[in-house]
Amino acid sequence: MFSYYLKLAWLSSKRTWGMSLLMVLAIALGIGAAMTTITVNYLMSANPIPQKSDQLFYVQLDAWDPNDPYFDNGDPPDQLTYRDATALWQAKKAPRQSIATGAAGVIEPADKEALPFMAQGRANSADFFPMFDVPFLYGSGWDEQADLNKEFVVVITAEINERLFGGKDSTGQTLRLAGKDFRIAGVIKRWQPQPRFYDISTGAFQDSEEFFVPFSLMAEQILGQSGNNNCWKPTESGFKAYLDSECIWTQLWVELPTKADVEQYQSYIDAYADEQHKFGRFARTRNNKLSDVMTWLEQREVVSEDASMMMAMALMFLTVCLLNTVGLLLAKFLGKASEIGVRQALGASRRDLFLQHLVESGCIGLAGGLLGLVLAWLGLEAVKSMYGDWMAELAVLDVNMVLLAILLAIGSSILAGLYPTWRACQVQPSQQLKAQ
Amino acid sequence: MLELGPMLRALMRNKIGALLIALQIALTLTIMVNAIFMMQERNRQMARASGVDEQNTFYLSNTVFGENYPLQSALARDLDQIRKTPGVVAATQINAIPLSGGGWSMGLQTKPGDDVDGTGTAIYFVDTQGIAALGVELLAGENFSESDISWRERSSNKWPPKIIITQTLAEKLFDGDWKKALGQTVYINNHDPMQVTGIVKSLQSPWNGWDNTEHASLVPSQLENKGSRLFIRTEPGRRDALMPQIEKMLADNDKQRIIRNVKTMTETRAESYREHQATNNILLTVIIVLTLVTGFGIVGLAMFSINRRTRQIGTRRALGASQWQIMRFFMLENLLISSLGVVLGIGGAIGLNIWLVSTFAMTPLTPGLLLIGCAALLLVGQLAVSYPALIAARISPATATRGRA
Repeated sequence: MFSYYLKLAWLSSKRTWGMSLLMVLAIALGIGAAMTTITVNYLMSANPIPQKSDQLFYVQLDAWDPNDPYFDNGDPPDQLTYRDATALWQAKKAPRQSIATGAAGVIEPADKEALPFMAQGRANSADFFPMFDVPFLYGSGWDEQADLNKEFVVVITAEINERLFGGKDSTGQTLRLAGKDFRIAGVIKRWQPQPRFYDISTGAFQDSEEFFVPFSLMAEQILGQSGNNNCWKPTESGFKAYLDSECIWTQLWVELPTKADVEQYQSYIDAYADEQHKFGRFARTRNNKLSDVMTWLEQREVVSEDASMMMAMALMFLTVCLLNTVGLLLAKFLGKASEIGVRQALGASRRDLFLQHLVESGCIGLAGGLLGLVLAWLGLEAVKSMYGDWMAELAVLDVNMVLLAILLAIGSSILAGLYPTWRACQVQPSQQLKAQ
Repeated sequence: MLELGPMLRALMRNKIGALLIALQIALTLTIMVNAIFMMQERNRQMARASGVDEQNTFYLSNTVFGENYPLQSALARDLDQIRKTPGVVAATQINAIPLSGGGWSMGLQTKPGDDVDGTGTAIYFVDTQGIAALGVELLAGENFSESDISWRERSSNKWPPKIIITQTLAEKLFDGDWKKALGQTVYINNHDPMQVTGIVKSLQSPWNGWDNTEHASLVPSQLENKGSRLFIRTEPGRRDALMPQIEKMLADNDKQRIIRNVKTMTETRAESYREHQATNNILLTVIIVLTLVTGFGIVGLAMFSINRRTRQIGTRRALGASQWQIMRFFMLENLLISSLGVVLGIGGAIGLNIWLVSTFAMTPLTPGLLLIGCAALLLVGQLAVSYPALIAARISPATATRGRA
């Protein structure tokens, strides 16, 4: 029966090919636009570390200007002062804690023919690697002793390893970075969490770093700090004063496996802030936050406004296309009134007719959906080329999105076909036959 | 007279069809007006002048990695070499680039004190050629002299005694009258006094989305920094030839550093507004495609209703209606439906705008734009229906007497 309906749908579409084409195109355009924007939003709001996103917490303390909140909505600053972050890191009140900031330095290849180049890196403590499940190709991260002793150790990416060591295991070898010799502790595989949740201070979709060094080296002024740096209180001159200042440029993540751990840690940072308050700092009302990965990404609104606005627009656009389809289907089915009359007179039940026309709408939807996928792919390519590199990994159709597109297309076209189908089934056979 | 009566009766027989078109037009208007509005907002932002002579300027990053590198003398040597290059108008060291997205901001206040609210400004550290290199226009006061330029050590927090500010910043600090600012003292770091010795017409901050993006200050210092930038202005038309030449000259005379990120201001502007431009392109595409979909939808439905009414049309023709009258009937019918759609659409557009304003912090829609949108859609409706109406007009009166299968 189903194949018979398919055949009927095909014949009917062929007869009114102009209208059918219009409907398929309208659905395809609607689905194309909707899927392009849904994909970007879906990938922007993806969970970058699903296996433990609810155990990793970002620490925010509010040591900001008593006269002026950092964020207009009263949220505490998005980074910590060096002194606070270091104090919390040293206290080791969580099973794991990673203190970090952005760093940059020039790498000089051992091969004197090769040109030195600038590399973006991260200065972080040892726990960074196990906390964020960083995948290693060779070797491993460093241990806490290396942090405390300010050792010159470095972890590099597979890309840098390829460039400097031809892809061979380079652990134990020397890397000339920022004018110093660093011992290579490990090489990591390609690792690009989207969003780059562990540091969104300079944008949530930045490339991940090319090298990693112990955070404690930042106090030695060997590498340049990169990333945001905000101050509200004048500081004295000199680097020591800068480290002790109220400038925020450091980030702290803690791993808290259980709810009890979270509560304990919260009371610890509250106590810390209260104690600092006694020394004349933390003049604002108590405002310390622990946010797990997804809460943190939501709080900082990593899904760009443009992206969600475009999605709203695209969904309305899809609605217009569907209204269009409803109108055209209605016209088409009513145009077939005499044929429906004949089929009824020959014994087709209303149920049969209903199914027949739903199959027809579904087929149009399927065709529109498939074409829509092609348009969505084109749309994503256009988005990539217009927005630039940072979009490259946010504009990719995955299996979920392809399925969603087809379901959305068939579902919405059947929905669009319901009313026209119902109207078609209301045809009185006697009247139609008389009109012949 | 106009056949409104029969028209309405005909419409009532196919209420849903007409309503669908009206709804489609309403939604189209809603989306169209808001999309154009958003494009206008972006275009306005993109049209703002940076104050810099963008056509003839470029910059480069100078990253030093050698140890015990003589930063101060090397900077003097580099600047000297660049300035002597034929075709170069001026060159300066600078800490940040307008529109680039990264830079340094501070608060300025007209009275000293910790509890005084400062006005945010971007800080550009430049030397005597700063104004000439950027190509900004000095409205009042004077440029820095050689003796004003201080050497600012790393992590220093000392500020030189002079500052040049933009007109907008001067107006903000001195009650809307920038002329009052000249010679006045402003305070940086809450307490450190600086005298306003000059006012420039306009110079934007590095952040194009910042509320205070027209607030910028020039500070006469050279920085002790292993990662510095040099900003260069050339004679008109010579920029592109000089860029590789200067890059090579600097790279060749010193192997203790890398010269990278050599970029023109034109590129910087394009990159700075890349997302704006992309979003505008997408919005424009949406508007065009949407209008086409709606237009073709109207064509399709009109064709269908004309096909169904072939005999009636033929009858009317046989009874003496002119071709023009038939055409007018369908055009008017569409105008009626479109008007309903437009009325619904005005409500929708305002509703969506209210939502957009509250969700995405935009300014409210202007009524003029809404009216233009209405007129445009009525016109689209008329254009779309004119072809089917023409077909209808050509139906021969003889059709009335012929049977139809």
